[in-house]
Amino acid sequence: MNALILANVSRRRFLQGMSLGGLVLALGYPSAARAQEAKKYGADGMPNGWVDNPLVFVSIAEDGTVTIVCHRSEMGQGIRTGMPMIVADEIEADWKRVRVVQAPGDEKRFGNQDTDGSRSTRHFFEPMRRCGAAARTMLEAAAAERWKVPVSEVAAKNHEVVHRPTGRRLGYGSLAKAAASQPVPARETLRLKDPKQFRYIGKGQLKLVDGRDIATGKAQYGIDTRLDGMLYAVVARPPVYGGKVASFDAAEALKVPGVERVVQIEDSPPPAHFNPVGGVAVLARNTWAAMQGRRALKITWDDGPNAGYDSAAFKATLEESARKPGKVVRNEGDFTAAAASAARRHEAEYYVPHLAHATMEPPAATVRIANGKCEVWGGFQSPQGTRDQVAKRLGISADDVTVHVTLLGGGFGRKSKPDYAIEAAVLSKAVGGKPVKVTWTREDDLHNCYYHTVSVEHLEAGVDGQGKPVAWLHRSVAPTIISTFNAAAKNEAPFELGMGVINVPFAIPNVRIENPEATAHTRIGWFRSVSNIPHAFAVQSFVAELAAAAGRDQKDFLLEVIGPARQMNPDALGDTWNHGESPERYPVDTGRLRRVVETVAREAGWGKKLSKGHGLGIAAHYSFVSYIAAVVEVAVDDKGVVTIPRVDMAVDCGATVNPDRVRSQMEGACVMGLGLAMLGEISFKGGRVEQDNFNSYEVPRMTEAPREIRVHIIPGDYSKPMGGVGEPGVPPIPPALCNAIFAATGKRIRRLPIRDQLKV
Amino acid sequence: MIALDINGKRQNVDVPGETPLLWTLRDELGLTGTKFGCGMALCGACTVHVDGQAVRSCITPISVVANKKVVTIEAVGTDSVGKALQAAWIDVGVPQCGYCQAGQIMSAAVLLKRTPKPTDAQIDEAMSGNICRCGTYTRIRVAVKQAAAKQGGAR
Repeated sequence: MNALILANVSRRRFLQGMSLGGLVLALGYPSAARAQEAKKYGADGMPNGWVDNPLVFVSIAEDGTVTIVCHRSEMGQGIRTGMPMIVADEIEADWKRVRVVQAPGDEKRFGNQDTDGSRSTRHFFEPMRRCGAAARTMLEAAAAERWKVPVSEVAAKNHEVVHRPTGRRLGYGSLAKAAASQPVPARETLRLKDPKQFRYIGKGQLKLVDGRDIATGKAQYGIDTRLDGMLYAVVARPPVYGGKVASFDAAEALKVPGVERVVQIEDSPPPAHFNPVGGVAVLARNTWAAMQGRRALKITWDDGPNAGYDSAAFKATLEESARKPGKVVRNEGDFTAAAASAARRHEAEYYVPHLAHATMEPPAATVRIANGKCEVWGGFQSPQGTRDQVAKRLGISADDVTVHVTLLGGGFGRKSKPDYAIEAAVLSKAVGGKPVKVTWTREDDLHNCYYHTVSVEHLEAGVDGQGKPVAWLHRSVAPTIISTFNAAAKNEAPFELGMGVINVPFAIPNVRIENPEATAHTRIGWFRSVSNIPHAFAVQSFVAELAAAAGRDQKDFLLEVIGPARQMNPDALGDTWNHGESPERYPVDTGRLRRVVETVAREAGWGKKLSKGHGLGIAAHYSFVSYIAAVVEVAVDDKGVVTIPRVDMAVDCGATVNPDRVRSQMEGACVMGLGLAMLGEISFKGGRVEQDNFNSYEVPRMTEAPREIRVHIIPGDYSKPMGGVGEPGVPPIPPALCNAIFAATGKRIRRLPIRDQLKV
Repeated sequence: MIALDINGKRQNVDVPGETPLLWTLRDELGLTGTKFGCGMALCGACTVHVDGQAVRSCITPISVVANKKVVTIEAVGTDSVGKALQAAWIDVGVPQCGYCQAGQIMSAAVLLKRTPKPTDAQIDEAMSGNICRCGTYTRIRVAVKQAAAKQGGAR
């Protein structure tokens, strides 16, 4: 596997490369030619980059309604409020007169739409500002023309243009037509607002665009799609990755009232890509009838080579690999010599199991094909990717596929993979193009997910006489996401290593990071925060273990290990990926990491006196080019039951557009992080997932949620690059929790989930 | 044909009596505000009111609700408690993805009708059958209390 080509890819770019044979070509590139290609970063490095054309994103009606297109998918991060807010602010629009419409999948028109990687705001803040500023300039030009005055005498303000010398005013509605025919001003001539003049950006005053529809049941998710003559489908899929239908009998299923058709979906041998895994679909007049029909199917499965996948045995396999040297991915100083001469040595191993996203809305998609044109409805994190994949499977041009993007009932990375849309397309085609909605049940979702990887993290340290680490070894062993696209892949890719294992920014002179091989036996995919979860759990737990061994305060020790404030080029830390961002614009800044640690400790009252059974734990992690630290307070009762009175989080993601949504993302990340630490586990036996529904795959409920989550946002500067928000809140939570449990009980948790490990 | 009373309207549906209310609402009557999340009464996304009780519609056959009053998220705002909850949900900015929130509001409405001033423990108990994967629980508590306070003020 070529590390370079994977260094700065989006999920889709990677897939495009694979499907075109680009990977093979790239491997054969003469190195000189490769070096000449300037590496692109940020939004420039994403498929179809960015667009800032106001004629694409903004339209103004004669009644003054300003319609703004949101081209990123809404899955709970508040982007349908945030993105249009940026445009509206620069236009000087009155938010009460702004309407938001969702873009279909069309990246040539709108720029990149892959809503993943915590990228929307940091990649589109500037293009959306320019878009709004250009529209404002066109309104001002139209007004100046109407009044026959120099444009320098007019100014847009709160949905009207004012002629300053005379005080004359023209509303945006009355200028709409004339403004639309103005030339779009050149990018370099645009006058962006002084951030002091922002009316919405950074204020957090606006309510969610979809809030009322959600609270009144009107909001439309993919699963809510209803079309005339639509059939409802559920699919029986192979229970083992790489398995297929050996034979099936549909006779009983077809007798179920309401069942109309039974259709086999072609098997798709590994690697999975974004293909459906195949199986047998039941199409009926409603979802319930389809589900009953599926129960009546008689299917014999051929389980294939992964029939022996067993999580308990696999854990032992990973541990064995983690205890032997593996591929060295970063090597500074001399770990072996430094560890040999160290005053003491410490060693620990951490385990994080597979996880499933379990979005509350399970995957669902609807497809209709008529006159050679295909329409798709659903919640997709990758609308253009969905369009391309559906077109490819149907053997038609992507120009003949329209993807209507609904709200997503949760995404978390699951809905970046459009296998469920392809299923609906295959089934619609099988019934002559009739509309077909495929709905996954919760069991389907848990049994045929793209799972978060499973990992063993092996750490060793040599410490000096004061207990301070002088030598650091981290072996990370986990099946890679690349295995979903290339079955031979056994090492973590740069984008996985760059999630907090290779790029530990510690003041330790001898560092060796190794990545022994691991083989995947199921579909591995992106899960919110991805590899940061196991890496941060291991690293931040291990630092706390070293602090305890040294008899030091955990927070003080963490700051000492981070070392003095300095900016480091991620390349120098062996991280060639850096979340796809420029290493110059986005250095790793230990000053910022220190600051979130210090802030959260202060706000949480670190060092305060606690009641019996209570404990505080701290952890900090850099990911998605943002810096987050968390302090968790736990209470562990005499039966070993854990409750969480309070969590504090400090976040430095640069300047913010919608601070209330930054807060809500941190709150949600906190609950998700606690949930996976306390409860979450997907395990395999006989190649099959052992969990079926929320009774066996537990996620946090209100009773497990903290009583209080306090989010402290470090003020940012709008002239500086922004960081991500959707994902980076998760990784520090599990180690902060386990460090708090250690403080409260003296018991060190090294294997997630905690479940009954504390029960007495 | 089974006659149902949904949101004060009589509706006849032609599906077997064992069909869950959830799929009847969503697929036959087009009331998609009530959500599917688990099919086993584990997550609460499908919560509706049947004669004033919070019921998981995914495991409730329509034959059981034939002569009962069913209220869904689409109509819960017609009374003052439902309206106050919806307003609080919007004001507090509870929703993230929003998918579970109809079920949350339906559970909260039954709570507040029975217990106008719920304690934290009562809120936790009444709401613990409703899963929110986005993790909006702390805001749900705030919104329930805010709605309760508004209701109290109006009395």
